[in-house]
Amino acid sequence: MLRFLTRRALGAVVTLVVISAVTFFLFFAVPADPARLACGKVCPPELLEQARHNLGLDQPLFAQFTAWLAGIFVGRDYGGLGHCPAPCLGYSFVNKAPVFETILDRLPVTVSLTVGAALVFLLFGVATGIIAALNQGRPLDKIASVSSLIGFSLQIYFVGTLALYFLVYQNQILTRPQYRPFTEDPLAWAAGLALPWVVLSIIFTANYTRMTRSTMVEQLGEDYVRTARAKGMKGRSVVMRFALRGTLTTVITIFGVDLGALIGGAIITETTFGLQGLGRLSINAVTDSDLPVLMATVLVAAGAIIVFNIIVDALYAFIDPRVRLS
Amino acid sequence: MSTPFLSVRDLTVDFHTEDGVVHAVDGLSFDVEKGTTLGIVGESGSGKSVTNLAVLGLHNPETAKISGEIRLDGEELIGAPRSTMERLRGNKVAMIFQDPLTSLSPYHTIGRQIGEVFRRHTGASRAASRDRAIEMLTRVGIPQPKVRVDDYPHQFSGGMRQRAMIAMALVCDPDLLIADEPTTALDVTVQAQILDLLRDLQEQTGTAIIMITHDLGVVSGTAHEVLVMYAGRAVERGTVREVLGEPRHPYTWGLLASMPRLSAPVDVPLLPVRGTPPSLINVPPGCPFHPRCDYTDLAGPELCRGERPELSPHRGHGDACYLTLAQKQEITR
Repeated sequence: MLRFLTRRALGAVVTLVVISAVTFFLFFAVPADPARLACGKVCPPELLEQARHNLGLDQPLFAQFTAWLAGIFVGRDYGGLGHCPAPCLGYSFVNKAPVFETILDRLPVTVSLTVGAALVFLLFGVATGIIAALNQGRPLDKIASVSSLIGFSLQIYFVGTLALYFLVYQNQILTRPQYRPFTEDPLAWAAGLALPWVVLSIIFTANYTRMTRSTMVEQLGEDYVRTARAKGMKGRSVVMRFALRGTLTTVITIFGVDLGALIGGAIITETTFGLQGLGRLSINAVTDSDLPVLMATVLVAAGAIIVFNIIVDALYAFIDPRVRLS
Repeated sequence: MSTPFLSVRDLTVDFHTEDGVVHAVDGLSFDVEKGTTLGIVGESGSGKSVTNLAVLGLHNPETAKISGEIRLDGEELIGAPRSTMERLRGNKVAMIFQDPLTSLSPYHTIGRQIGEVFRRHTGASRAASRDRAIEMLTRVGIPQPKVRVDDYPHQFSGGMRQRAMIAMALVCDPDLLIADEPTTALDVTVQAQILDLLRDLQEQTGTAIIMITHDLGVVSGTAHEVLVMYAGRAVERGTVREVLGEPRHPYTWGLLASMPRLSAPVDVPLLPVRGTPPSLINVPPGCPFHPRCDYTDLAGPELCRGERPELSPHRGHGDACYLTLAQKQEITR
C-alpha cells in the first residue's frame, strides 16, 4: 500500500509539472500582455518596460517557467510591485494579491459546494438505483428511469434560475445562496448552500441512478448472487452483501471523476448562484488574461482529479480483493 | 411402498418471453431416494438445470410459470412461501454449480462463504462457523485448511474451488444435493477426484444426489439411476445398468454413439446426433425427437408425429418411444 501511494504520488507530481508547463507555454501563444495589466490604465512606455522587467517578462520563456516553479518553494519578489511568499503560485496584478492567498480564499467555497452536493447525489442516486434494480420492469423502476432521464437532460442554469426565482425571490422558502464559512456558523453555511446543493444534485443524481441500476441488474444476474440465494441467504442480505459489493466499484469510479471535476470548479453552478469559488475565479482569469491565477486554477483542477483517482484506485483494493496494489 | 424422499410429478416450467412461451420443462416426473444418485443427462437446453432450479425455487416468479408437484420429504415446494424456501435452501437442499469461479463471491473469503451458510441455518456464532468451515475444508481435502480458510476464491485452483463449493453445499448436512455439471469446468484428473469425493461423502452421510451432466461417463461412474431428458421431457429412465447397458430410446442410442470409447478402434468416427435440438417455443408435435430420429419410418410416421409418447412401462426401465421392444432389441443387437 505504501509503495503504491509513493509511486502514485511521484507520478502525480510529474503530471502536474507537465500540465503547468503546457498551460504556461500555451498562454504565451495568446496575444495578451500581462505587463500592461500590471502597469495600469495610463501607462507610459518606460513604466511598461519597468513592469515587464519586474514581472520577468523580458526573460526567455523557459527561464520564466523555471522562475515560476522555483517560486513555489522559495517565494518571489516582483521588483517594487509586490512580494509573494512561498508557496508562491505567482502574483495576480488583477486581484493585487498573491495567487496562493486567492486560491485559499476561494477553495472552501467550491469544496463546500462539492462535498454537500456529492453527499446528496451519491446517497440519493445509489438508493434510487438499487430500488429501481430490485423492481425491474415494475412501475417504480419506470418512474425512476423517466425521472432520471429528465434530470439528466436538465441544465444547471435552467433549474437553478427557476429555483432561485420561485424558491428564493417569490416565496422566500430558501435563503439567497451565499457562502458562510462552516467554522463560523455551520447552520448558516448549510442554509446558504442548500439551494446550490439541491440543484447540482438533481443533475448528478440522475447519472448515479442510471448507473447503479444497470450495474445492479447485471450483478443480480451473476452466478455468485444465485449461489448466495441457493445457500438460503435472505433476500435483503443477498442484495446488500453480494450484489451491492460489485456495484460499488463502478459507482466509486465515476464518483471519483465527478468529485475531481467539481473541485476543479463548478463554473456554471457558481456563476448561476453568484458563489465566489474556484470556477468563477478561473473564468475571470481567462477573461482578464491573468496568467498566474489561470495556471493556479488549472493546477488545482488537475491536482483534484489526480488525487481522487489515486483514492479511487486505493479503494478498489478494499472493495475487491482480486485487485492487488503493486 | 414408502414415499420417495424427493418426488417430482408432472413438473412444467414455462418462461414467458417476448418471442413466445418457452416450454423449458414439460410434464416431468421422477423420484430420488436417500443415499442414491440420480443422473440427469441431456443436451444443453433439455431442461436439466431448469428442473433443478425449480426444486430450489430459484426461478424468478414473474417470468417462470411452474406447475406440478415437487415434494421433498412430504413437503410441497411449489408455491411454498419464500421464507420456507430460504429455510430449506443450503440446509436441507443444497446445490453445486458448474463454474466454481463465477459461482463463488470474489469479495468474501472462502471461510466466510462456507461459514455464513452454517450461521444462517444453525444460528451458530461467528467463531463456531469459522471452525465449522475449517472442518468442512478438511473433509473435502483442502490442504492446510486453517490457513486456506482465509483465502479468497481467486487464490484457489479450479479443483480447490469446486471442493470449496462442495464444502459450502454440505456444511449443513443436506438431505439432497443437486450437482449441476460439477465437473464440466474442470480438467479430467480433477474431475475424477471431485466425483470420488462426492461418492465418499454420500457414503458417509447418506445424502441423495441429483447429478446433472451431459457426460455419460460421469453418470456411469456415479449414478444409480438415470433420467435422459430431451426438450424438457424424460425420454428414458432406469438404472445405470439398464439405460447404458440396454438403451431403448433412439435419442439415448444417439448420445451413446456420440461418445468416444477407448475400446473402439481409433478410425471409427464419432457419430453426432444429427440435426439440432428443437426450439422450446415451437416444440415438434408428438415425439419431440422425431425430426432427428432415424426410426420414424419403422415405428410409423403417423404415430411419431401424432400423440406424444409416454414413458412406459410405468416403473423400472421405461422409455418414451413407439418402437416395440422387439424392434429396439433388433436395432441394438
